[in-house]
Amino acid sequence: MIASRTELDRMKEDYLQVLGRAKMRVLVCAGTGCVANGSLEVYREIKRLAQERGVLVDVDFAKEGGALSERAGGGTDSRQVGATVTRSGCHGFCEMGPLVRIEPGGLLYVKVRPEDAGEIVDRTLCKGEVVERLVYHHPGTDEVFKTESSIPFYRRQKRLALARCGRIDPEDIKDYIAHDGYQAIAKVLAGMTPEEVVNEILGSGLRGRGGAGFPTGKKWEFTRLAQGDKKYVVCNGDEGDPGAFMDRSVMEGDPHRVLEGMMIAGYAVGAQEGYIYVRAEYPLAVRRLKKAIADAREWGILGKNILGSGFSFDIKIKEGAGAFVCGEETALLASLEGKRGMPRPKPPFPAVSGLWGRPTVINNVETLANVPGIILNGKDWFRGFGTEGSPGTKTFALTGQVVNTGLIEVPMGCTLREVIFDIGGGIRGGKRFKAAQIGGPSGGCLTEEHLDLPLDFDSLARVGAMVGSGGIVVMDEDTCIVEVARFFMHFTQNESCGKCVPCREGTKRMLEILEKIVAGEATREDVDLLEEIAWAVKDGSLCGLGKTAPNPVLTTLRYFRDEYMAHVVDRRCPARVCQAFKEFYIDETCKGCGKCARQCPAGAISGEIRKRHSINTQLCVRCGACVIACPFGAVKEG
Amino acid sequence: MINGKKIIVDGQAVPLDGEENLLEVIRKAGINLPTFCYHSELSVYGACRMCLVEVEGGGLVAACSTPPRDGMVIRTNTERVRRLRRIIIELLLANHNRDCTTCEKSGACKLQDLAMQLGVREVRLGQRDVRLPVDKSSPAVVRDPNKCILCGDCVRMCEEVQGIGVLDFAFRGSRVVVTPAFNKNMAEVDCVNCGQCAAVCPTGALVVKSEVDEAWKAIHDPKKTVIAQIAPAVRVAVGEAFGMPPGEIATGKIVAALRRIGFDKVFDTCFAADLTVMEETAEFTERLAKGERLPQFTSCCPAWVKFAEQYYPGLVPNISTCRSPQQMFGSVAKKFYARSLGIKPEDLFVISVMPCTAKKFEARRPEFNTGGVRDVDLVLTTQEVTRMIKESGISFEELEVDSFDAPFGFASGAGIIFGVTGGVAEAVLRAAYEKLTGKALSDVNFVEVRGMKSLKEATVEAGGREIRLAVVNGLGAARDLLDKIMRGEASYDLVEVMACPGGCVGGGGQPVPNTREAREKRGRGLYAADKLVQLRKSQDNPVVTSLYGKWLDEPNGKEAHKALHTAYSSRRRISGEDIELTGQPGAGPGAGTAEDGRCDGRVSKVDVAVCVGTSCYLRGAYNVLQNLIDEVGRAGLSDRVNLHATFCFERCDKGPSVSVNGRVITGVTPDKAGWVVENFIRPQAAGSQSSPSSSSSVDSAMRR
Amino acid sequence: MPETGVHQDIHQEVQDDVHDVGREADGLANRRFEKVNEILEKYECDRAALISILQEVQDEYRYLPKEILTYVATALGLPPAKVYGVATFYAQFSLEPQGKYVIRACDGTACHVRGSQPVLRAICNKLKLKDGERTTRDLMFTVETVSCLGACGLAPVVMINDKIYGQMTPEKVTKVLDDIIKAERRRGEVQ
Repeated sequence: MIASRTELDRMKEDYLQVLGRAKMRVLVCAGTGCVANGSLEVYREIKRLAQERGVLVDVDFAKEGGALSERAGGGTDSRQVGATVTRSGCHGFCEMGPLVRIEPGGLLYVKVRPEDAGEIVDRTLCKGEVVERLVYHHPGTDEVFKTESSIPFYRRQKRLALARCGRIDPEDIKDYIAHDGYQAIAKVLAGMTPEEVVNEILGSGLRGRGGAGFPTGKKWEFTRLAQGDKKYVVCNGDEGDPGAFMDRSVMEGDPHRVLEGMMIAGYAVGAQEGYIYVRAEYPLAVRRLKKAIADAREWGILGKNILGSGFSFDIKIKEGAGAFVCGEETALLASLEGKRGMPRPKPPFPAVSGLWGRPTVINNVETLANVPGIILNGKDWFRGFGTEGSPGTKTFALTGQVVNTGLIEVPMGCTLREVIFDIGGGIRGGKRFKAAQIGGPSGGCLTEEHLDLPLDFDSLARVGAMVGSGGIVVMDEDTCIVEVARFFMHFTQNESCGKCVPCREGTKRMLEILEKIVAGEATREDVDLLEEIAWAVKDGSLCGLGKTAPNPVLTTLRYFRDEYMAHVVDRRCPARVCQAFKEFYIDETCKGCGKCARQCPAGAISGEIRKRHSINTQLCVRCGACVIACPFGAVKEG
Repeated sequence: MINGKKIIVDGQAVPLDGEENLLEVIRKAGINLPTFCYHSELSVYGACRMCLVEVEGGGLVAACSTPPRDGMVIRTNTERVRRLRRIIIELLLANHNRDCTTCEKSGACKLQDLAMQLGVREVRLGQRDVRLPVDKSSPAVVRDPNKCILCGDCVRMCEEVQGIGVLDFAFRGSRVVVTPAFNKNMAEVDCVNCGQCAAVCPTGALVVKSEVDEAWKAIHDPKKTVIAQIAPAVRVAVGEAFGMPPGEIATGKIVAALRRIGFDKVFDTCFAADLTVMEETAEFTERLAKGERLPQFTSCCPAWVKFAEQYYPGLVPNISTCRSPQQMFGSVAKKFYARSLGIKPEDLFVISVMPCTAKKFEARRPEFNTGGVRDVDLVLTTQEVTRMIKESGISFEELEVDSFDAPFGFASGAGIIFGVTGGVAEAVLRAAYEKLTGKALSDVNFVEVRGMKSLKEATVEAGGREIRLAVVNGLGAARDLLDKIMRGEASYDLVEVMACPGGCVGGGGQPVPNTREAREKRGRGLYAADKLVQLRKSQDNPVVTSLYGKWLDEPNGKEAHKALHTAYSSRRRISGEDIELTGQPGAGPGAGTAEDGRCDGRVSKVDVAVCVGTSCYLRGAYNVLQNLIDEVGRAGLSDRVNLHATFCFERCDKGPSVSVNGRVITGVTPDKAGWVVENFIRPQAAGSQSSPSSSSSVDSAMRR
Repeated sequence: MPETGVHQDIHQEVQDDVHDVGREADGLANRRFEKVNEILEKYECDRAALISILQEVQDEYRYLPKEILTYVATALGLPPAKVYGVATFYAQFSLEPQGKYVIRACDGTACHVRGSQPVLRAICNKLKLKDGERTTRDLMFTVETVSCLGACGLAPVVMINDKIYGQMTPEKVTKVLDDIIKAERRRGEVQ
């Protein structure tokens, strides 16, 4: 039990001291991405071999009273020798996983396999050498980057919310405490009034990281002032945007930070209970959060009379059950209450009438993860990053046809070009950049002309896009923009809760028209109708999901109208993606075997035996059976 | 201006007077902002988006869910909102089965109205791609999901006002439907047939089941003598379809209309209501004297009766055993009137004209028959009778008034007010007071029980004691009251329950719109009619007196009991399969144990089912189940028993119930599991080649 | 990607399920029902916990049988229609029996642009699932598409029960399925 701030500080010192006894610290990424790539085997192998070679420092920090106990592996003297081996949260560079980071110095090994463990232990841990073949080699220049911070992917980043992600063991509360964990709540409880806390957040200019960017301090202020016998703090971890996984990374990589943010919010608004709503698709995040809560309770950091301050707060986890719309706050509340996740009209806002009709503050995971930092370092420190209107940093999930996919955090106002080309390393396969979809299905498509647009709430809103939760999907010249719009529409249509007419019926009809366009059956009038319905859905929908659902269509219509027209007027797909516009032909390598003609379900292929056959494009249904049937590869698409 | 606050609607200043939302203010300003999902009596849903308006500096907001603020400047007809409304209608129409010309709701459909009003002349989108089956299983309503616009009015009505929740949303996105649980038919679930869902449905997705064709068939059948009885609430509503205001009394016109249509006789249900008052008063004073089965609940409302049978089996004995006026009329007609005409009961065709859809269900209850012939052959709602009048080409407005036929056309004022909440209680009071005191009642008006409030309470002194009354309308309010009674927080002598808001005047079969204002006016119409008649008390009705003299002997007597009373029993809520616990799946009670034995030559198993329906569950059915499993194991019979959990043997008042090879044993408390094994399961297991005993046999563990 | 990882995972997966199979073989339906009661008790029949209760019931039955939903409604004092509404709203719930292996093929943006569709087609081909079919006849596999598994860095991704398989191709996913089928065959589960 940690009963006071002094005890917390002592615990921090003690644990740092323990950590300091080992010369090195090995952090093996155990984020979902790296785990799927086998990082747990890597972890086990390194640990096993380190033990075998006698360089493993196994630290165990007794829970009671802050007393220390430690065992150094293999009887080695534990002073400044050996290494601790730890599983950490996501390092962000998922593309290169499994990742192994070695401190001090921040050496980073990429694409590590279990069979590499021996070399890492023998050379790096025992002798302090670098295993060159495991460090990052730039795919273009083949330049070698030994340390994490030197790699272009990391160099441009500024990690605030993700500061501890990948640096500590997410399943160990002591590691969090050693790295300034729970210092912010301790500071708050030691001498700040709720009003001062709210003012600090208000002054920092922190805006909600989950979508629309509403000022967090204002939300807190409304909830603080609202009357209610009980109040709640809800952490929105229902990260449903396809292509976004920053909240997952934070919950998996630094769960205590989320708890700490919630506790501070609870203190500020006068709540004693908190809920974390996590998607069911994130089992690892659920597990780590559950462990974090259990540990925090056991250590007296959650529960009654926290750090002897008289403030009580507890947190429960609720797993979602698979509904994107539950990311919308009123739908999330309905779901928390055990109902269908259907949004309701606002007002009343959750700050006044939220969970079970009580004042409730709902913040996104990343927003809450920013809170401890602001409290510890002050609002001006936070304002030192980002832009005037959008202070701080923002995490983005960088995916798609970009060289370096992964999780990044950059100061607000950083340009799309920096993100895609400097951090992301440009487009895969040397192709040309075509567009980037920001903010998932609620966001918009940006094009080359926006490459120098600062990424912040207001600039993005001006061009019809939004930060959203921060997914950036990069598309190259081979991507059909109409097909992408269709894809997003399919998603929102599928995820619409079905309550209000514009979203339920409108998205369905928009999808129908987009399907007609990619199938080559649409006319100019259809495109006009699509746009008309899109505006109606945007104007008329009840909740954020519906209001933003047309964004991909509206932005692509705005920036890529030609491509739509190519589909409906010229009957072609400029990116050659849409099946309906594919033309098959048989080239001169045809031996006239007739296999293709026999396979053709439409009877579109004719020709004399042993002579070059031909395809009647009027009859062709573009199924591609002939391509597969031809033993000579003579059937071509174009 | 009450508080000096106002908003500007389309340039016009409108004072605020405590309205909860912009919509009410805008409508007050004389702008009929369209909506599908807004009803002042239901919670705000905000889904149809038809009421979007532009607020200066605030963009588009839904008027239904935005509280008015002093000084707001609102525009209701900008280009943006007009286009939006039209496209919403277009989207709805595209997904709607548009067989408007033949639709039951045509002419009263809000979607049709608004499409016309907003000038939507073209639907540029494809037809609805799915065809869902139309549910005609219910005797009361027809549900056509292909016409549903998912406004949720029916869902909220059923849950919030009626406290039941038969219908709810299922699935999501474009696949959302409003449906009973598990996509079952309305007849398979706990619907009480009140028809309020159809009353609020803006389209033809939920409509009153029409039996107009059957009525015509009977009328045109030369062998049948067709008589009508007209319920009180019909006369103050039927004129609405012909341009008369709600509440205007059209008794003479509807009598005339029915005669022209071809009814042989036209009678008044209010007469039967007088009969009901006599019976119910006799029953009530008797219970009062004995101090048993109090409070007495009224039994006129069939939706309420079914509700009680389903949810309050423990209170079923407290319901008055009196048949409703409709069924008393039917019984008297088939048993005595037919005889007096010299015709067989089956040749007398009784048609009720009712404000109510649940009456259709009531008329079908098996207990209401005379020698196997239904007492009431057909129930037509006000809506259906309106259609028949229109179909006949009768100009209702110009009809000369006519009067009811004798003998069942004469009613007291007490019978007339049966059609409005509080009316039954007041009518009984008028009789009970005189019976208890032996004195004539000078002021017959018990105003405390009048009015549209969902719960009214009153205490009346009579004969040296106080009679405590409660009058409730709307089943949700009834549920709250019953729960209070069950918890012992309230206690009464007489409780009147009417399922529909406002009582029968707000019945599910009344003309739409069936709004609060309409119901209020209809109720006032009935009280006005009560004032106009000479006789105000049922006991003064000479026809009733002569009926007792001739046929029924005395109120609550033996003869009267046979013809005018009935019995109730608990009723299961939902049809469905059992939960298999041991043995092969699918070998439920229907599969039959004897058959199993024959099929594969093995010894058949004993079929044991434990009820886990709500009443039994609350009485510890799960522990019964656990103990049975243990006891069966202890007796070494595990492989000889098929055990399953089932939902309801309709013995809810005596639960927990267990059935062994079809034989129901009630009152099986957890400690009696061993007793059941030894006395029922073991003998069956020993002689399991024998066929199971009749399913109708019931044993009670309580008798031990 | 390291092939060994995949093998390791499958091995573990199958071992995880041995327990499951064992339970089913001698398992009386009664035990499951008992579990339902334990779940209801654990949540104190709290209506607000409906979703959590359904999740745990589904863990037990691998789907939500109607009669159990009716029972849950009874225990929570909710109209069955309400429970049905919740059960059909969330993608996680299935009212039809599901396969022992639930395959969630991610079709999120990142996966989509990196070729999730061919992977999905390969899965359906391998399992001989026709249009609209989601579960194999032998109740071994259920295939779903999901919007995002949040492992976009590894796109395209497939999740089988709780394990994530990244950077899939039609060939790789077929191999994964082959391995599962082989392992199952060894257990005598597949004839």
